[in-house]
Amino acid sequence: MKLVGKGIAKIDAMPIATGKPVYTEDLAYQDALVVKVLRSPHAFARIKAIDTSKAEKLAGVECVLTYQDVPKVRFTLAGQSYPEPSPYDRLILEDLVRYVGDEVAIVAAIDEKTALKAIKLIKVEYELLEPVLDFEQAIGHSSVIHPEADLHCNFDIGLDKEQNIVSSYKLEAGDVEAELQQCAVVVEGTYYTQAQAHAMMETYRAFSYLDHAGRLVLISSTQIPFHVRRKLARSLQIPASKIRVIKPRIGGGFGGKQTVAVEPFVAAVTLKTGKPALLVYDRKETFTATTSRHAMRLKVRLGADQDGFIQVVDIEGLSDTGAYGEHASTVFSVVGDKTLPLYNKTKAVRFMGNVVYTNKLPAGAFRGYGATQGTFALEATVNKLAAKLQIDPTELRMKNLIKQGETCLTYGGKILGSSALDRCIETGKKMIGWSEKYPRRELDNHKVRAVGMAVTMQGSGIAGIDTASAEIRLNDDGNYTLLIGSTDMGTGSDTILSQMAAETLDTDMEHMIVHAADTDVSPYDPGSYASSTTYVTGMAVVKAAEDLRQQMLTQAARFLEADPQELVFDGTLFQTGDGLRSLTLVKLAELLVLGLGNKQLVGQATYGSPVSPPPFIAGFAEVEVDQETGQVSVLDFVAVADCGTVVNPNLARIQVEGGIVQGIGLALYEDVRYDEKGTLQTNTFMQYKIPTRKDIGTIRVAFEESYEPTGPFGAKSIGEVVVNTPAPAIVNAIYHATGVMLDSLPVTPEKLYRKMQDRPIRQEMEHE
Amino acid sequence: MFTIKELAQPDTLTEAYNLLIAKKNNAVLGGCAFLRMGSYPIATAVDLTKLNLSFIREADDYIEIGAMTTFREIEVSPILQQYANGVLPKAVSHVLGVQFRSVVTVGASVYAKYGFSDLITALLALNAEIELVQGGRMRLAEFLEKPLTKDILSRIWIRKLECRASYQTLRMSASDYPLLNAAVTQTGSHWLVAVGARPRKAAIAQQLSAALSASKIDLEQLDFFANIASEELSFGTNARGTAQYRRAMCKVLIKRAIKEVLMCESV
Amino acid sequence: MRISVTINDKMVHLDVEFDEFLADALRKHGFFSIRKGCDTSCCGLCTVWVDGRPTLSCSVLAFRVDGKTITTIEGVQQEAEQFAQILAAEGAEQCGFCSPGFIMTVLAMKKELTQPTEEQIIHYLTGNLCRCTGYMGQLRAVKMYLGGTA
Repeated sequence: MKLVGKGIAKIDAMPIATGKPVYTEDLAYQDALVVKVLRSPHAFARIKAIDTSKAEKLAGVECVLTYQDVPKVRFTLAGQSYPEPSPYDRLILEDLVRYVGDEVAIVAAIDEKTALKAIKLIKVEYELLEPVLDFEQAIGHSSVIHPEADLHCNFDIGLDKEQNIVSSYKLEAGDVEAELQQCAVVVEGTYYTQAQAHAMMETYRAFSYLDHAGRLVLISSTQIPFHVRRKLARSLQIPASKIRVIKPRIGGGFGGKQTVAVEPFVAAVTLKTGKPALLVYDRKETFTATTSRHAMRLKVRLGADQDGFIQVVDIEGLSDTGAYGEHASTVFSVVGDKTLPLYNKTKAVRFMGNVVYTNKLPAGAFRGYGATQGTFALEATVNKLAAKLQIDPTELRMKNLIKQGETCLTYGGKILGSSALDRCIETGKKMIGWSEKYPRRELDNHKVRAVGMAVTMQGSGIAGIDTASAEIRLNDDGNYTLLIGSTDMGTGSDTILSQMAAETLDTDMEHMIVHAADTDVSPYDPGSYASSTTYVTGMAVVKAAEDLRQQMLTQAARFLEADPQELVFDGTLFQTGDGLRSLTLVKLAELLVLGLGNKQLVGQATYGSPVSPPPFIAGFAEVEVDQETGQVSVLDFVAVADCGTVVNPNLARIQVEGGIVQGIGLALYEDVRYDEKGTLQTNTFMQYKIPTRKDIGTIRVAFEESYEPTGPFGAKSIGEVVVNTPAPAIVNAIYHATGVMLDSLPVTPEKLYRKMQDRPIRQEMEHE
Repeated sequence: MFTIKELAQPDTLTEAYNLLIAKKNNAVLGGCAFLRMGSYPIATAVDLTKLNLSFIREADDYIEIGAMTTFREIEVSPILQQYANGVLPKAVSHVLGVQFRSVVTVGASVYAKYGFSDLITALLALNAEIELVQGGRMRLAEFLEKPLTKDILSRIWIRKLECRASYQTLRMSASDYPLLNAAVTQTGSHWLVAVGARPRKAAIAQQLSAALSASKIDLEQLDFFANIASEELSFGTNARGTAQYRRAMCKVLIKRAIKEVLMCESV
Repeated sequence: MRISVTINDKMVHLDVEFDEFLADALRKHGFFSIRKGCDTSCCGLCTVWVDGRPTLSCSVLAFRVDGKTITTIEGVQQEAEQFAQILAAEGAEQCGFCSPGFIMTVLAMKKELTQPTEEQIIHYLTGNLCRCTGYMGQLRAVKMYLGGTA
């Protein structure tokens, strides 16, 4: 293959790296109205009265909107294919505010100063309600967070609003309790994972205006333009045909921009005033009033026989969706879906539990999407089992792992089409120096070094649901235009999809123009999320390119008066088998748009996958623990990934490295703290610490390719699976270093220090 | 959102001081890195940039640092790198990145008595003096004890002595505020120990400093000495750590600092 | 107030408010490479050079650069492209949103430090946050740019 497998630079690399104006804010008109949002200072309150008269009178203020000015039709902000499995529990503005940061009023003014001044002039009278701040107290709490009668769900996701339960879920195969009785060894643990923030560098923002035909146009930093269009149509009660959503370059997403954030507010202003408007969230709003990862409590029980064969996996979860239910049920089900298949020598497996509303920042989609939380809990428990059985954790995995060609209890007879996870473990062990370093080495200055590991899987697209289309046009000049609706958010998917199209058409990148993510132009695509773009959209692109290639052969045969079957196309020339007649691609393109009886060729394909093949990673951490302070440094992290065929090694490697560092942040640094009133304290980069380059040690990445039979060129996904192993691998390494098993994230120095102080007591208790 | 109504760029410190006290919400502009995080309206902002307060000068007995000197200038100053094992450059080098340190100024940091300051802890251990326009010259330790009055900090002096020093800090992540920090100096037989980010403002561990100065120290006794400081100082709880943890960590940092001082060459 | 400032080798006169920060003034005048990522002076996205020194433009009041020399990435495109090409070959620009500020710091480092060690490189660049790349690809690119091997 000429292009697939090549680590070429991204097609947009130079302009975005050197500061060209290609992002949302750069494209907004300089005189666009500045939109600001007044937010609730209370975690749970009813608006008794709201007086906007002073704000409206302020010179330069163009509009002030409150709950009285927006349609009374509920919707969800979750970027999911219709019908969405998230509850319709929102209005653009409502008289009930459900968390500190919830929107109360929208102001648009000629400049930022005026808008902020106007915000201060709005007087709101609140009736304070008792908030639900502890998600373990949410079920049965006297406060009902969503009492509204018109709360609606497209599916039965187990919503019980009186109990603050947004979703209940149970997946069971075999008899867990009975099988546990039979197990020689049972280990268990209860784990807490925090509401991690996406912290993409470009905060949420959108710019809206009315075009020459009076249609509403949004330029939005989003992963989901088609979903945004549908949601705006519903929330604003205008026809979808009157809305166009364009995604320019975006400064990172990580799933955050799979949930609609700012678009309804800015669109409402443009509809009301007829004027261009820009809404840019500052960092504090981004932390306080968008979405985060779902915080969870996960209780795991593992049963095994004396030889270390895992017989039972039982996970019970409680997930905190915050004030609104975006992605509540789906993130939760993924906890089980992407963990239970890992170990398939089991006799019974179960995942069950509830997702609850609380009066806190809503949770949403975030890279890993439940698999991150599930992997942490499962892998920590598997490492506990290894410790209990005194088996090397890598050997315990090798014994129990699902292998290519095998099935598992939850697969319903489906077969795992590809896996190189066993090779990933072997390679990772060599790279980290496992045999020399496992489990620990004492240094003389109160420091100890140790290694730990974990494995994980994710999916590639959402099986049977998310469906992407692609079109490739042969242009009049012999170049191609690839039209897609997926949303490159810096990942390089536009480049990767072009590589696939160019490969299929035997051309090079220079002849492949790619246009993406404009709802007026692009074929439908749900957007880039659920690890779908390389795998699902990629397959649509390959099929569209094959379709076009076939059409080109047919047309070339027509002009050459030959049989299409006997034509050979090398990317530039069509030739008959005997080599006597030929036609260049450029000539064919020219002929197709000249004169009568012609048709410009467009290859088209729509693809949805019946399966979601898992990519795998084996992650290995080497840490150094300062035994006097509890401080943990990651010295080295090795990740060996199986993402099927690696389409672009450089871009895939960066995905892994970036995901590992995000996972290190989850493991060690990214603490989420609220005060007693429900105000998020960790709402700046001074308080919420994402890793800097001093915090991460060395990250090393390798690939062990498998060939996924259902994927384009054998490819699977890579974008999400990368974030899952650092937390359990680091916690495992800390255990090997100190004997302390940690069960809540992040691992702060004091947390570890205290556990180390408690060590003798703990050991005594175990002896009793 | 903070606002500035009027701007004054005085030519003398006296003029600057008079402008500052003329109105309640007049304020001196420091490095301005933290300005945006507040939301106070400033009536007249007094800007000191025309007063030539950006300097690090070495005299026979003193090193003098102007209030408008940035952290970055401290970090790369050959004078300070060579003095007291470079304890001041070391201390400020932990503060975020170069582009931040190019903005924040010495005067504003010290005047504000920030509890999280790395600089103040190191300056305390160097027994630095400061000069206030109205309050005059005094020891930094004395200034930290005084209630905050409206004044302008113009300069800092460090007496040049044969001094060995160590700076230690514990942070939850590299670019975070310190969870705790400590600086220890030895000048002849005289020791000075300062601990900051308790999370309250830095203070000198008087008893420990006296104890160290009065004894001949060997490495076996470090625990004994470190205990003195963790007992005599008060510690508080904030998001980064509890008082109890800080107390325990104080011992660790001081032990390490004393050890480093004993090991290092006098400069 | 009106200030006179040399931006990318060109003397310009800007009308700025007393409480206006340099980052906002620069964006207003068409320097779109200036991005804000934090509001708390700690992400490095808005890094420009003030008199040659990498500085957070979000934290410098605009009036204070009166008479000074400002350099944005628009003013050093040739050098920036030279490094950006190496960065892109690693795929380490990713979303690109933090790249201009990062590149300005890298270019400043090259002028300031001779043959820096890996530790010195990391220390110099710590003020530039990135959420996409995990920093390793950036480090490989910087090392190559400085003439070593990654």
